[in-house]
Amino acid sequence: MKKLWRFKGGIKLPGFKSISNLSEIKKLPIPSTIILPLRQHIGESAEPLVEIGDKVFKGQPVATSNSFISASVHASTSGTVVDIAKRTIPHQSGVSEMCVVIETDGKDEWHPNIEANSNPENLSADEIRARIREAGIVGLGGAVFPSAAKLKPTRIIDTLIINGIECEPYITCDDALMRTRADNIICGVLLLRRLLNPTECIIGVEDNKPEAIALLKASLERFKEQGVGSVSVIDVVAVPTIFPAGGEKQLIKVLTGKEVPMNGLPYEVGVVCLNVGTTAAIYDAIYHGQPLVSRLITVTGPLIKKPANYDVLIGTPVEDLLSAAGGVNSEKDKLIMGGPMMGQVLPHAKVPVVKATNCILVESIDKNLKTNVMPCIRCGKCASVCPINLLPQQLYWHAREKSFDKLTHYNLSDCIECGCCAVVCPSKIPLVHYFRFAKSENKEHEVKMKFSELSRIRSQVRDARLERIKREQEERKAKRKAERLKKKIEKDIVKNNDVTDKASVG
Amino acid sequence: MSTVNDTPLVSSPFIESNDSVAKVMRLVIYAMLPGIIAYTMLFGWGVIINITITILSALFFELIMLLIRRRSVKLFLFDGSAIITAILLSLSMPPLVPWWLLVLGSFFAIVVAKHLYGGLGYNTFNPAMAAYAILLVSFPRELSMWSAPSESINYTLSFIETLKYSFFQMLPSPIEFDALTSATILDHIRTETGLGKSIAEIKQSPIFGYAAGTGYEWVNLAFLFGGLWLIYKKIITWHIPVAVLAALALISSVSYLINPNFFSSPLLHILGGASILGAFFIATDPITASTTPLGRIIYGAGIGILIFAIRIWGSYPDGVAFAVLLMGLTVPLLDYYTTPKVYGERAHNDKI
Repeated sequence: MKKLWRFKGGIKLPGFKSISNLSEIKKLPIPSTIILPLRQHIGESAEPLVEIGDKVFKGQPVATSNSFISASVHASTSGTVVDIAKRTIPHQSGVSEMCVVIETDGKDEWHPNIEANSNPENLSADEIRARIREAGIVGLGGAVFPSAAKLKPTRIIDTLIINGIECEPYITCDDALMRTRADNIICGVLLLRRLLNPTECIIGVEDNKPEAIALLKASLERFKEQGVGSVSVIDVVAVPTIFPAGGEKQLIKVLTGKEVPMNGLPYEVGVVCLNVGTTAAIYDAIYHGQPLVSRLITVTGPLIKKPANYDVLIGTPVEDLLSAAGGVNSEKDKLIMGGPMMGQVLPHAKVPVVKATNCILVESIDKNLKTNVMPCIRCGKCASVCPINLLPQQLYWHAREKSFDKLTHYNLSDCIECGCCAVVCPSKIPLVHYFRFAKSENKEHEVKMKFSELSRIRSQVRDARLERIKREQEERKAKRKAERLKKKIEKDIVKNNDVTDKASVG
Repeated sequence: MSTVNDTPLVSSPFIESNDSVAKVMRLVIYAMLPGIIAYTMLFGWGVIINITITILSALFFELIMLLIRRRSVKLFLFDGSAIITAILLSLSMPPLVPWWLLVLGSFFAIVVAKHLYGGLGYNTFNPAMAAYAILLVSFPRELSMWSAPSESINYTLSFIETLKYSFFQMLPSPIEFDALTSATILDHIRTETGLGKSIAEIKQSPIFGYAAGTGYEWVNLAFLFGGLWLIYKKIITWHIPVAVLAALALISSVSYLINPNFFSSPLLHILGGASILGAFFIATDPITASTTPLGRIIYGAGIGILIFAIRIWGSYPDGVAFAVLLMGLTVPLLDYYTTPKVYGERAHNDKI
């Protein structure tokens, strides 16, 4: 048994997983329109490579970027580019960003350049990295950090962690992936092992997914029997089901006992962490040459008639997904992208699914009106469940007061917005809501502070310069005065001498 | 501040717990029941009558204040906080007191200490203890006439007779009020050691039971049971009660070992007076206590030490109320300086 650690705090949540994971993975028919936002990742937006009217094939890049922290976007099916314009993106704020809109032709034709790689073992580490980058792969657990940027760390990596935790209630897409593509995931881990050379590779899975754990272990055994010796460094570990065990920092703590330094990244403690979905996407990119054009999405919730995991093309409008899953799309529904703990409400059903979309959860809007908010009674339950060990009740107080220095003292920026504090609050205070607001306010405040600091320095420099000029002027004046005085005295002496001379004469 | 949002919040998390302030308060009230029952059984109907009068008057003042301050009556009147305040206040008072003293206490607790400071969640001082302290300095005589345990007196007042005393200060003849009361154990030790007697001599008095005051020791054990249940139910954490009792036990043990003739035993300190009630139910009032783990330990230990100091050197026999009020003043400072290290902070500091 591998030794496990415990991260601080966290809560046990009802799973609601069987709503969606009992049926087979369903393939969604090709929608008539595909909307591809050019920024579906953390980092810089990609620049379009196509023009309106262009015919595109499935897997053809439609936008790319030279920036290190960025990712390409690919056409997820064949068709014609009909628009390149701002469209509403799947974000709570309802903002619009640049998108490439494709009218599909239904043929789903792959680009001729895309072909399976018969011998991925012959690829060098750099070639693999380049292909992962070209395939537009980002962290599919929800953080959408460009994966290629993680795979060239500047120090030795001890542990590669594959995150199969999926700790949010309702979501089962990673579970379905592990149950159906265990072999591919193992192959993906072997590829990553070649890039990072870790001493151990751990696939962490929450213990509420025994089937996935068993299938991954069976797959490891098969590889061993086939003589793939390198799988011996891979370990499948069952992790206790406590939300948010799937948070990167929490999982690293549980599996290695290490803590990622504040404001730091996992590689600083010798760890690289990738999601199982990302690992499978890397497998697809290297073995089949396929860029990231589709993903598994859980469609679930009490209002969905056919809840299941769907294999969905990136860019498919949410409404197409909902109609396939038998969801009633009325004004009364609340569309949540992601899980009930950290997900966000979508502005409407016309937004597309993106690389980050792991779940569409539909709930009635009447739920959680949060009308019975009471004052904080300082019970401290929020602090006891905070996985970061923050003091949410203090943060709440200072967020309301907008005391930014206090918010810094209480480390607001370390909040991962997991929602545990708000869930356990007996006063039902929407704590995370306050923290999100305070974070954005804090950012503005910092910009302002920086600006005023700059102005202050400028004005100080100006004052000093004026002071110097004044001083120099005065010095010159004094010097002139002194000289004048000297001359005068000399003159006087001469005069006096004259007088004495005259007197002596007199 | 508006406490009721008119528009629904569309921001995660979308899961709500079944916990509510009212539920938390209700469990605290349940936890006090064993102690209240034991107290009533051993000291007469006055306990229940006092609690009832105090609760009713506290709810009345709460209602008035909510209406004046335009707060939701539905949300706040029965949130349980006023009821807990009332119970704690009446438990601090002797079982036989005139009704108006209790109503006055409720007024100080609810109107002054709670609502004038901003109501639930904003009060700086524990309302029950603040009101008790005001009453204690204003009516020292009434508040020091403690009922004798039923078993040690010849006549026990019936329910009606107790009511008559509470409202009209009438006693059935030929009973004298003094015959129904006796000094509490802490009071007794205080007077007698002042007269130069040793603890061993003082302990001969019938008001001494097995470990502490006759009757009181059982009441305190019942409160201890309720308090432990609160920890088990995760309504309170162990930090404050353990810190209060450990500090009190430690300091009284040391002094007892140095001079057992002058200082009473640690067991007496813990099971005598209001130590248990204070440690589990008063000091743990979340609104006025520290919120960090280390802060709670310092806060609790401070209360334990102050209880001892007031009992030995102060001018009152017990010191729980003043200890809690004094340590309450340190809470903002404690919370600020005991902020726990967050995830990765140590690793971050090592890096630098």
